[in-house]
Amino acid sequence: MKKIERKIPAIKDGSVIDHIPSRDTFRIMRILDPQEFIHPITVTLNLKSKKMGKKGVIKIDNRFLTKKEVNKIAILAPSATVSIIKNYRIKEKIEVKIPKELVSIINCSNPTCVTNREKVDTKFKVIRDDPLEAKCLYCERVYGKDELELKRK
Amino acid sequence: MTFKGRDIVSIRDFTKEDLLHVLKVSKEMEEDKPQLLASKILATLFFEPSTRTRLSFESAMCRLGGKIIGFSDEKVSSVKKGETIWDTAKMAERYSDVIVIRSPIEGSARLAAEATSVPVINGGDGANQHPTQTLLDLYTIQKAKKNIDGLKIGFLGDLKYGRTVHSLAIALSHWKVDLYFIAPDALQMPDHYLKDLQEVGIKCYQTDDVFVVSKNLDILYVTRIQQERFPDPMEYEKYKNAYRLDQSLLSHIKDDMKIMHPLPRVGEISPELDETKHAIYFEQAGNGVTVRKALLALVLGKVE
Repeated sequence: MKKIERKIPAIKDGSVIDHIPSRDTFRIMRILDPQEFIHPITVTLNLKSKKMGKKGVIKIDNRFLTKKEVNKIAILAPSATVSIIKNYRIKEKIEVKIPKELVSIINCSNPTCVTNREKVDTKFKVIRDDPLEAKCLYCERVYGKDELELKRK
Repeated sequence: MTFKGRDIVSIRDFTKEDLLHVLKVSKEMEEDKPQLLASKILATLFFEPSTRTRLSFESAMCRLGGKIIGFSDEKVSSVKKGETIWDTAKMAERYSDVIVIRSPIEGSARLAAEATSVPVINGGDGANQHPTQTLLDLYTIQKAKKNIDGLKIGFLGDLKYGRTVHSLAIALSHWKVDLYFIAPDALQMPDHYLKDLQEVGIKCYQTDDVFVVSKNLDILYVTRIQQERFPDPMEYEKYKNAYRLDQSLLSHIKDDMKIMHPLPRVGEISPELDETKHAIYFEQAGNGVTVRKALLALVLGKVE
């Protein structure tokens, strides 16, 4: 592990998302909307991991992830860990857990769903954690993990 | 148990006790109660054409002494001018005591229920839910067969897109029934419904040949192949005449087997079956008034 740490510069203040399956790393980047960030972001893929084989790590300088962002990460990568760093130390580890209800986190892919016609927060109920399945509480369609379309913001 | 103020949006919101209670109150509504909803107003917000649902709600309200306001075509409503379902429901709540909404937009009844404090009844939201149809189907089955437990029920036709089939199968899963799904492969019951049914112990059988299973059945629930639900018109042409039930069915069914259909039919049941003791689809449509009387009286708190 020490070898791995040395490959990625440490950050003074910010957030570290670790243990991301390598293939999901860029999907997570997309939902974080990196264009909005003004400070450096370091993305590393294909790091060797005993548990996962290969993993991705995202380090974000000077920005602390919100609960909503962590919820989005949980949907894409439930194995991920999120740490808040202050003055080079881990200040807090945020539990990455899929909430029972997802409010305004996912878009409903059904074009005839009312959430795509009127200004209304989407609401999904998580009906299964693994593999993830969530149901739109309006049109009642059920989606698997790969069908879920996360909101950009 | 009280239904006062409750929204009727999805059959999935109903427990078995809820369903039994609606069936019990529906039976009481077979009697005339011409003053029960006197002074109450029903708003019917119909954003798409409907014959049975709208007429039977209006008939139910009239038979209980209530009054009706509303529209049955979005062209005459402010929706045409761009008004949202949310705003339309907010407006209707101030003009009425209970709202029935029908719309091709899925989830619109749930949204209307969130927008208002008066009870909202879903009269059909696109391919999603039509709970009052399911309740009248259950009532019809119970009335015809007395006990729902132990029945073998066949569904024939468009099981892929047919919301009445999906909802009724979910409602029936509260009882011990065997379900037979009869359709061409391309129109078979979606896997996730089968999975849900099998998870609660319902035995499900699938076939494309009605004559293979018809001898087993106590009820045969026939549905129309719905042109409007097919994304590809060529696909519709391929399946529109897949099943046409006529006299030849009669030698392949039990003596007391009953045929149901949510209507409208377009040829899947020949009129020559209408006068047989097996046909109960017009009675089923009539039960729509009885069950909707029960629901209106329940959500308005006029019966417990």
